[in-house]
Amino acid sequence: MNAETNQDQLINRREAIRRVSALLGGVAFVGGSGLLAAAEKARPAAASTGEFTDQDIAFLDEIAETILPATKTPGAKAAKTGAFMALMVTDSYGPGEQKTFRDGMRNVDEAMQKAHGVSFMAATPEQRLAVLTVLDHEQKRVMDEREAARRQGGAKQPAHYFRMMKELALLGFFTSEIGCTKVQRYAEVPGRFDPCIPYTQGEPAWASHA
Amino acid sequence: MQSVRYDAIVVGSGISGGWAAKELTEKGLRVLLLERGRNVEHIKDYVNATKGPWEYLHRGGHTHAMEAAYPVLTRDYALNEKNLAFWVNEKESPYTEVKRFDWYRGYQVGGRSLTWGRQSYRWSDFDFEANSKEGIAVDWPIRYNELAPWYDHVEKHAGISGSHEGLAQLPDGQFQPAMPLNCGEEMIAGRLKNAFGGKRRMIIGRTANATQGLPGRAPCQYRNACWLGCPYGAYFSTQSSTLPAAAKTGKLTLKPWSIVTEVLYDKDQKRASGVRVLDAVTEQTTEYSAKVIFLCASTLNSTWLLMRSATDIWPGGLGSGSGELGHNLMDHHFRCGADGDLEGLNDKYYYGRRPNGIYIPRYRNLFGEKREYLRGFGYQGSASRDGWTRAVKELGLGAEFKDEMTTPGPWKFGATAFGEMLPNHANLIGLDASRKDKWGLSVLKIDCATGENERLMRKDMMADMAEMLEQSGAKRVKTFDYGSFPGMGIHEMGTARMGRDPKTSVLNSHNQVWDAPNVFVTDGSCMTSSACQNPSLTYMALTARAADFAVNELNRRNL
Repeated sequence: MNAETNQDQLINRREAIRRVSALLGGVAFVGGSGLLAAAEKARPAAASTGEFTDQDIAFLDEIAETILPATKTPGAKAAKTGAFMALMVTDSYGPGEQKTFRDGMRNVDEAMQKAHGVSFMAATPEQRLAVLTVLDHEQKRVMDEREAARRQGGAKQPAHYFRMMKELALLGFFTSEIGCTKVQRYAEVPGRFDPCIPYTQGEPAWASHA
Repeated sequence: MQSVRYDAIVVGSGISGGWAAKELTEKGLRVLLLERGRNVEHIKDYVNATKGPWEYLHRGGHTHAMEAAYPVLTRDYALNEKNLAFWVNEKESPYTEVKRFDWYRGYQVGGRSLTWGRQSYRWSDFDFEANSKEGIAVDWPIRYNELAPWYDHVEKHAGISGSHEGLAQLPDGQFQPAMPLNCGEEMIAGRLKNAFGGKRRMIIGRTANATQGLPGRAPCQYRNACWLGCPYGAYFSTQSSTLPAAAKTGKLTLKPWSIVTEVLYDKDQKRASGVRVLDAVTEQTTEYSAKVIFLCASTLNSTWLLMRSATDIWPGGLGSGSGELGHNLMDHHFRCGADGDLEGLNDKYYYGRRPNGIYIPRYRNLFGEKREYLRGFGYQGSASRDGWTRAVKELGLGAEFKDEMTTPGPWKFGATAFGEMLPNHANLIGLDASRKDKWGLSVLKIDCATGENERLMRKDMMADMAEMLEQSGAKRVKTFDYGSFPGMGIHEMGTARMGRDPKTSVLNSHNQVWDAPNVFVTDGSCMTSSACQNPSLTYMALTARAADFAVNELNRRNL
């Protein structure tokens, strides 16, 4: 399955249909070694993240924080997005995608070394933003090309590693408690439906539920 | 072997079985309601109903292990971390696909009434008369006027909200106040009415979400978390609606973990005498006897049970004398339509999560129009503002990007058609003797595909939506067809059709098996055609009607 259907898991069929064309050609969310039972018992962080080390998670936290930094609202690191990314790669990605993702982590570090002569972890937020912006353009170009090729009848190709990272960071952040309640707005029981109300630019979106 | 006697046995506790239990107990019968799966207690067992999205390890998504355990469910949106417990264990209950057929099952008390889409539409005589007028399959043995009072009856109890529209092809009913269209939908609905002279209409979905309270049920709280089970009982399910009504009579016995392996048939009396039940946990067998038996096990499962019954008399099973048992399997074909962007509404938003969308009732091949295919389709969809998910495909990162993606995005509208599938004798199910389920029963094999009529219809299903959106001023309109395999609609129908002649149908006009008049089949198996409307409301009405008939016949000593 791919990213569009992964998002569809979060929503019902009507919404799935509505949104299905909004998300095309992202990460293939197949693979992983998680357990069904994992949903029911909270596992310790170490086991949940498989081969990812604490350093890996810290590294993913910084990638996520660069994509979604603390602003007037908390950022990705506060929402523990790195650990979520590691969990999803371990439990939901196929072996090939896991390799792409891990190689991608090294690529990020190498790109930083090349551009600024420092490791990604040692780099400043500005250096991180500059390097990841270049990678973002690269992934966008590659993914658009692959999508165009697929539309021409070609086989669906795997996602670019930075698309994977970006997608997982977004998913992890915006579905976290912080992402839902402190960044977006969340109403567990709205109690009513107002079909058409004034909206002032800048007000946060309402987060979804099930 | 012990045998316990009841007045009536109902097999299956989903939408149809719940209605059978309610109607039969309220008319004074002592009813045994058998459910093959576990019990699900109202509210108490909706374990995820009030969780936030962040309270799931994978935020609702898939894992490899889930995909391996649910090879069918994983084909579409249904596989998810949040309500996995409401879907069948596929390893224990496999089936054989001669052609791809996605069978989404819910084996528990309440069946799929817990997870259904809740859209509730009446059929009209355009639907009941179509087979006869076009010479397709066999004629329905009933007409709308025979079912209309039963639609009234079930709508009032189930709590259907909707608007009165006066459309001949989609009769109005006993509705609770309609949910409103949002601004985006209102805009398109208004323009559509003008552009197509009222012929194509966008209305709010008619849904089994109560907008006013009912006994024991609160009105909808606009959480849109229905498929986790509703702690407010705001949508119709067996648990919220029919089961408490049946229990209140004091005449109901509910037995979960009860797999009915066979309907017992008395060839001298030409009646069923009871059922044989295999306890799904202990694997002990028990026989129960009753004067009437209602099969409401779901479309394929009721027929599967008939195929295992009275095989000493009819090798193909009870009801197979016509040669039609297992045949004429249908579903709706969908996942095809169009979407586009709506402009001029960026200063508008909405509050609350409405568990309902829009409906565009069928307009093709009606009122004298003739397309190159038969029958028609209706659309379901909605308008909404994009959320953060739009960020995945957009270029950008950093502070400004994050703050922008935190706000609602552009208004979008999208809709898919749900199209009618013609009945076809060649679309069938049968027993696969080479493969057994966990309990040693030969599994079903399914051989079903859509045909030329559906293929031709899909062109209109896509093009019409694009046309309507363009006429309504939507921008960047795109069509889509994600492909539709039978079963995906989760509207499976047929395999024990109703008819006027025992030589060509399995059930008569009161849902009685021709060869066993005290056996009623009132779930989707009985359907003679599929129409394009969501079918569950019609199962409810047919079940209530058949239950009334059965009790009258019992009182007249005809059963």
